[in-house]
Amino acid sequence: MDFIKRYKLDSLLLPLVGLVAFLLLWLVIAGKETVTKSVDDFGDPVVVKSRAGISKDLPTPRETWEASRPYVVNPFAKRGEMDQGILSFTGLSLKLVMEGYLIALIAGAPLGFCLGLSKTFTKAVDPIIQVLRPVSPLAWFPLGLVLFSSLKIGGGNGATVFGPSDAAALFTIAICAMWPTVMNTAVGVRAVPQDYLNVARVLKLSRTKTLFKVLLPSTLPYMFTGFRLSLGIAWLVIVAVEMLTGRPGVGGFLWQAYNAAQYGQIILCILTIGCVGLLLDRAMSGIEGRFKTA
Amino acid sequence: MALLEINAASKGYGPKWNRTEVLHDINLSIGKGEFVAIVGFSGSGKTTLMNLLSGLALPDRGTVTSNGVPVKGPSSERALVFQNYSLLPWLTVSENIALAVDQIFPQWDRARRRAHVERYIEMVNLTPAREKRPRELSGGMRQRVAVARALAMDPQVLLCDEPLSALDALTRATLQDEITRIRREDEKTIVLITNDPDEAILLADRVIPLTAGPRATLGTSIPVTIPRPRDRKTLADEPEFLRIRQELVETLLASKRQQQATVERKFVLPDIMPEDLSRRRPVLPWFGKRGPIRRSEIQSVEVEAK
Repeated sequence: MDFIKRYKLDSLLLPLVGLVAFLLLWLVIAGKETVTKSVDDFGDPVVVKSRAGISKDLPTPRETWEASRPYVVNPFAKRGEMDQGILSFTGLSLKLVMEGYLIALIAGAPLGFCLGLSKTFTKAVDPIIQVLRPVSPLAWFPLGLVLFSSLKIGGGNGATVFGPSDAAALFTIAICAMWPTVMNTAVGVRAVPQDYLNVARVLKLSRTKTLFKVLLPSTLPYMFTGFRLSLGIAWLVIVAVEMLTGRPGVGGFLWQAYNAAQYGQIILCILTIGCVGLLLDRAMSGIEGRFKTA
Repeated sequence: MALLEINAASKGYGPKWNRTEVLHDINLSIGKGEFVAIVGFSGSGKTTLMNLLSGLALPDRGTVTSNGVPVKGPSSERALVFQNYSLLPWLTVSENIALAVDQIFPQWDRARRRAHVERYIEMVNLTPAREKRPRELSGGMRQRVAVARALAMDPQVLLCDEPLSALDALTRATLQDEITRIRREDEKTIVLITNDPDEAILLADRVIPLTAGPRATLGTSIPVTIPRPRDRKTLADEPEFLRIRQELVETLLASKRQQQATVERKFVLPDIMPEDLSRRRPVLPWFGKRGPIRRSEIQSVEVEAK
């Protein structure tokens, strides 16, 4: 025990214990495939595959690994239009998320500022926000399709480059990811100490100067907390959006794997989504921490 | 003509039907080059008085005039040193001061503004810390930055709102000396608000008591005739100092005694009705009317406030 304490191995060992327990639980739930080969009455070989377990279709960890090995070994290999390699898909998803997320920030931060600055505006708009905030991305998507139904940006050869479904996807990501930014910015603006505002008044800073020299720097830490939460939500929404649109991406791939009964790939997709989400969150909290100290 | 003048000004807070008057009938006249110290209890409206002088707040009744012109808002003629420094934490020392200088003197070229900032950093002995952020500085150093920022605005009057009350005794003494030195060098008119009578008498030409609030008002001003430079060590033995101190403290305490206000306190009298056994036992215990029933009566009683 002294050995573990001295080298602080517990932070390494305990996660391993957790992982092993998790895999065991998975093994218990997963069905095992048994292949029985026999020869029927006419002398032809018959292969009967049957699966047994608590969940008959859930692949075991080993089967999952075997199904996903080609994707892990060669994550960018293109095997068809709907099978472009897990990381290329992730890249496509990330691109869409970033576009939607940027729209969310551009719309959300000023809205948050208005909410934080004006009590009248807050009283007028807050009920609507509170109602819209808990709405699921699945509900927003059809509305997006309706909103942008006549939108069509052609690519020159008659093909649509940016159609209603792309617009609806961006709309859904943006409107779902916007709320944490809005709320945190509003709270941040309300939390600006009166002293700083008094300084601005004594120095007779103009409105724009007060905004950029006092309000904005003071609100930034709050805003970045909002940005981080927003990014998490945007990444959550992407899977739902891709499932609905069927556009190439990690969520679309997941849905397609389900339809093709490639259950091992579903788990691969889930793990990929989780890891990317974790990386995004770590990156954002790194940036956030840098602003906190200011 | 007085540089800064308050005439029969009152200021209160709260809605019309439930207004507490913080300051009542304030009369004050500050001449050019004077160092006036206003001494009062904490919570007696010192900061409100400072806000009136600076223009951050306007009086409900009466007038505040600066050079004979009514004060309508903050102005660079009246620089304010805040009680809690109020430095912007994301700017360095020189940037904090430069923010003020750039705003007040936009007509100067960049080099002249920089030199101006440097001059005031040097005046408060902070040149080695000029690129540090406020959180890296001690309380005393932060307050020096605040003083430098106020002075760099080149104001006619320097208004100091309890600038030293958050500092420890030793730092306080150093900064008191520094204020005296800066005043000698810069010939500024200074209004100092403080809760320390010794500090007021040590620094000022004239001390004025602010009576206990609510409805605080200024007492008669007491001129401090002790010759400068005043020495902190020997000051305590000087009969003049003791006399002024006595008078000041006496006025303040007398006002406190007068202000023994009554406050309404609410008392809750617990009162439990016994269970009514004639009623049927309810099916769900918490929906029944059988009891016991709690009635809590609230009674208001007037108590003397301490």
